[in-house]
Amino acid sequence: MYTKKECVAMLLAGGQGSRLYALTQDMAKPAVPYGGKYRIIDFPLSNCVNSGIDTVGVLTQYQPLVLHDYIGNGQPWDLDKMNGGVHALPPFQTALGAQWYKGTANAIYQNISFVDRYDPEYVVILSGDHIYKMDYNDMLQHHKDKKADATIAVLDVPLEEASRFGIMITNDEGDIVDFEEKPKNPRSTLASMGIYIFTWSKLKQYLIENENNPEEDKDFGKAIIPNMMNAGEKLVAYAFDGYWKDVGTLDSLWEANMDLLNPNIPIDLYDPEWKMYSRNPIMPPQYIGANAVVENSMITDGCVVEGTVDFSVIFEGVKIEEGATVTDSIIMPGSVIKSGAVVEYAIVGENCVVGSGAQIGARPETFDNRDDWGIAVVGHNINISENAKVLPKQIVSENM
Amino acid sequence: MSSNKKVLGLVFSNMHDNTITDLTKERTMGSVLFGGRYRLIDFPLSNMVNSGINEVGVITKSNYQSLLDHLGSGREWDLASKNGGLHLLPPFSHVSSGMYRGRLEALYGVWDFIKTSAADYVVLSDCDVAANIDFSAIVDAHIESGADITTVYANDVLTAEQAQRATVFGINDDGRVVDVLVNPHLSGACNVSLNMFVLSKDFLKNIVLEAASKGLVSFEKDILQARTHDYKIMAYRFDGYYSRICSMDTFYKANMNLLETSNREKLFLTNRPIYTKVRDNPPAKYAIGANVKNSLIGDGCIIEGTVENCVLFRGVKVGKGAVIKNSILMQGTVVGSKCEISCVVSDKNVKINDNRMLTGSENYPLYLGKGAVI
Repeated sequence: MYTKKECVAMLLAGGQGSRLYALTQDMAKPAVPYGGKYRIIDFPLSNCVNSGIDTVGVLTQYQPLVLHDYIGNGQPWDLDKMNGGVHALPPFQTALGAQWYKGTANAIYQNISFVDRYDPEYVVILSGDHIYKMDYNDMLQHHKDKKADATIAVLDVPLEEASRFGIMITNDEGDIVDFEEKPKNPRSTLASMGIYIFTWSKLKQYLIENENNPEEDKDFGKAIIPNMMNAGEKLVAYAFDGYWKDVGTLDSLWEANMDLLNPNIPIDLYDPEWKMYSRNPIMPPQYIGANAVVENSMITDGCVVEGTVDFSVIFEGVKIEEGATVTDSIIMPGSVIKSGAVVEYAIVGENCVVGSGAQIGARPETFDNRDDWGIAVVGHNINISENAKVLPKQIVSENM
Repeated sequence: MSSNKKVLGLVFSNMHDNTITDLTKERTMGSVLFGGRYRLIDFPLSNMVNSGINEVGVITKSNYQSLLDHLGSGREWDLASKNGGLHLLPPFSHVSSGMYRGRLEALYGVWDFIKTSAADYVVLSDCDVAANIDFSAIVDAHIESGADITTVYANDVLTAEQAQRATVFGINDDGRVVDVLVNPHLSGACNVSLNMFVLSKDFLKNIVLEAASKGLVSFEKDILQARTHDYKIMAYRFDGYYSRICSMDTFYKANMNLLETSNREKLFLTNRPIYTKVRDNPPAKYAIGANVKNSLIGDGCIIEGTVENCVLFRGVKVGKGAVIKNSILMQGTVVGSKCEISCVVSDKNVKINDNRMLTGSENYPLYLGKGAVI
């Protein structure tokens, strides 16, 4: 027996995140660490809980082990419920055979029976790729007020960036009248945030039709949304004006972390009204040593900092030895930066050791041609030997 | 546990409340804050769990609201369990129980709980000692020696004030307790009780029921001291790092000693972690102009000023230009800009307005009560 839920969330977390290269070699993108003690998936999960949505299906496929471990029974997000709660939904075998998820729409299609258990009026579709704080309830209210069949959250982006997004063209009422995927000459600046609310009975119908049409992509953006629009269903835009960042590339992941250190950028993790939840490390408080210099940074439990840290985000259990310098960088959980090492404009993955005197990355102003410069990246569980050099833009996925 | 015996843990959360009355005015000794993110009860609870004890009763008396809030279902200690788990034992929980005066009466008051446990042995612990102790080794030693009671002690140098708030053992060459001094007038090197005891459940039953019939209340005076030679009381020496908190002075020093990395490494072992309540704080944030040296900083702190030789608990805010030295600021303390603070112990949620100067001394830190606005 399941009791009825007004709204169920389905979180698409199966993507590989191939543009994060070494960082997603062993884990799905939503499991990638962010912001000192979070993983990307903490943001949509916390948003759900803070919005009063207590039933969340997490669709996993690529390298799900770390993600499944992390989600566990959902207790850190208060999603360990007798009725509802968080459920990891990897692809499964049926009497008709086993299939991978063939696209975002197909992933939901294969889990229609999961959603139907809760007999919801509405389904919110989320992705595990974005950093933002949003009250899905406000969006749901908009969906209801507009008597929409589908509501798409949109962000007003600068015109020059519009061609990187799916762009919604709306009329004066805010109804979506047309839609362009990454247009060369955008007709609007309203970018889709990849957050959809559907009236479930409608969505189910379109998912089934999509599945039965072998010619079509099994994807929301390429098939479901255009099909609904062509059939004259009511699609409306929901304008969001807060902080939102796609962390699909190494540069954007680095930037999104650095945004936390910029007091002028509105992503506030310290707001008691909208707490971000995560699986908390069991470690003593961080210790800042007698000769340490720490400014403009975020540091987490279990860290021991004896060296210099500036403009950086340091995750739990990291050790930065005396004489080591970390600036404009992200150091993920459990890594050690040995004495004399210099880490600049870099991302160092989980449980790495950066040897004494090693140099990771460089400052952009040291390059005449900025195109030759980029963030240096060390993948997870990598040892960098003494005095080794990792160049800007270099991505290290094996010991060196 | 090598002997594969079932062990019940019993934690006394209120013992020693009267030694540090400022901090226990609105809480039990067990819920006194310690080390930047912990409560004192986290140490006995974590030690028990890490020693394979998964059934623990917490005996409380008064002021236990903050303790209940901290412990919740016991999930953070892995004690939210269908078998065993965490049991909160307030007074008046049984018909025969009431407000107790000492350990023996407290044990009698919760006898119905102890009785139903399937344990063979019982570990008793107070909340005045922060240490990382393997109880399974002590239970093994207890079984091997055939003792009636095994006490845990450390050999340490005590001041006169510390000794007066301690129990001290005389121990012979065989490791047997031959003398028990409760709150003695002495100072110097001695065998100080860490207020942890191991006995079999059967033996505990005998002494508790006998004590009830004779109106005895104190485990230390009426059992350890009065029956030193009747019972076989063995002493187990703990040589690891520990802090025994028996005054504001010792509380202050115990926190400050954690700034020494070697001490932290002995207390916070990665294979035997100290668990505590999760608060979902974001990471600590250091602003431009922050200057932090030799300090322990909890998650969720926002630091814009200077902090030297301090322990800052979770969610402390330090304003621009403030200078804080040699101080302990508990959870939620807010220090305004340009304050100068030295040798202060601030309790939870203290607010210090801009430009204030507050100075205590190292042997007599200035204590600011819970929620005070300065």
